[in-house]
Amino acid sequence: MADPNYPDDLKYHAEHDWARIEGDEATFGVTWYAQDTLGEVVFFTPPTVGAALTKDEHYTEVESVKAVSDVVAPLSGEVIAVNDELSDNPQLLNDDPYGKGWLVRVRLSDPGEVDSLMDSAAYVSTLS
Amino acid sequence: MAEATTDLKRTPLYVEHLAAGARLVPFAGWEMPIQYTGIRDEHLAVRTDVGIFDVSHMGQVVVSGRQALHRLQHLVSSDVRRIPEGGAQYSLLCNEAGHVLDDLFLYRLGETCFLVITNAGNHPRDAAWMRSHGEDLDADVSDCQANFAMLAVQGPNARGLVQRLADGKLPPRLHCCERTVAGVPLLVCGTGYTGEDGVELLCDPDQAGPLWAALVQAGARPVGLGARDTLRMEACFHLYGNDLDEQHDPISAGLGWACAEQTGFIGADAISKVRSDPALPELKLVPFVIEGPGIARQGNPIVGGGVVTSGTYSPSLERGIGLAYVSAARALPGTTLQIDVRGTIREAVVKTKPLYRKDQ
Repeated sequence: MADPNYPDDLKYHAEHDWARIEGDEATFGVTWYAQDTLGEVVFFTPPTVGAALTKDEHYTEVESVKAVSDVVAPLSGEVIAVNDELSDNPQLLNDDPYGKGWLVRVRLSDPGEVDSLMDSAAYVSTLS
Repeated sequence: MAEATTDLKRTPLYVEHLAAGARLVPFAGWEMPIQYTGIRDEHLAVRTDVGIFDVSHMGQVVVSGRQALHRLQHLVSSDVRRIPEGGAQYSLLCNEAGHVLDDLFLYRLGETCFLVITNAGNHPRDAAWMRSHGEDLDADVSDCQANFAMLAVQGPNARGLVQRLADGKLPPRLHCCERTVAGVPLLVCGTGYTGEDGVELLCDPDQAGPLWAALVQAGARPVGLGARDTLRMEACFHLYGNDLDEQHDPISAGLGWACAEQTGFIGADAISKVRSDPALPELKLVPFVIEGPGIARQGNPIVGGGVVTSGTYSPSLERGIGLAYVSAARALPGTTLQIDVRGTIREAVVKTKPLYRKDQ
């Protein structure tokens, strides 16, 4: 676990999720703060491809030695890919939360929702 | 995280914890390190090398005087007469109903002087209970928590590390003696809560900082309460408040071996009834392992009756493990349990103690 970092090219949800927007698709994950709070992640059970996610509602859980945590969808859409490598090696979520620790890829059902997310600076200001 | 931190007590090592990068959390009225670098790393350090824990939140009561043995025997479940001078024993404090008020370690410092180690959250009640029972006997009960800091050094290399800093041979397991370690006079006890070899050290609170620094400098890795919990669960040691409480008797908890009813301690009659009735206990505490993915946690119900009282991820076994009260019919090793983990049924298998062994 490196030092705190919150990339500028991502959008953030108050429940400590990030979204990398690429047209009408997005990749979701959890932030450095979320993985640091959880501690070592030991299980990730991904949702199924095709599952419909609703913004602000939980769609999966990640479990650390310490606790289980619901993960909230930052945006609505349909799951088009899940990170199977993370199921096999959950520690990736701690090692690389914005890269190899991604959770799902989603086709957005309402790209307008992106406007409700925070940029990096706004999210960081919620953490203090 | 939102719990108020204003009234929390701090151990003499608070500054050392901050300097070591600890994450501090409220625990039993104390502000304690839950982890430094990570629970798994710290856990494995204790299993493979040596870890150091600040357990200064634990309480101390001294029972001393001409009838100290009789007074302590009246109070606690084990046969105190069997502790030699310089010996140690696990024991229980029970109420008249034979239910558990606390689990304890007893050290016999002299013929008529015993040191009792209590759990942090129970300490004030324990001390008051012990002072108010057996008052007719010629022995004093004094709360000595403020006189001690307590460190645990645990792991396969723990004893060697402490020995190199000590002025004499360390006591064997379940024994204690006075020594000087890194120039600090203290009581060394061959006890612990991890399933590993090691010692616990009781010293003057003012000396705790230099002692901690010397042990860390010598190679002991700071370990927080998070790994303390995963370690004790692998070893199947009870945690008061989870696996033991005033709703449970020692027989149900699998602690009949720590009860010598013939000594007539408070609660002995009730415990004797449970032990001698073939229909009792109705529930038994058993260790379990979840064979597939998932981690059961405290409070998860067992399908058909029973409840998980401790549950975590085992860094050694790389599976979910825990302790649960189940019906006696389901308590046999090899029995499959179905645990309702947040709406998902996880299959677990009842095991024998301990869940982790060195030779695995």
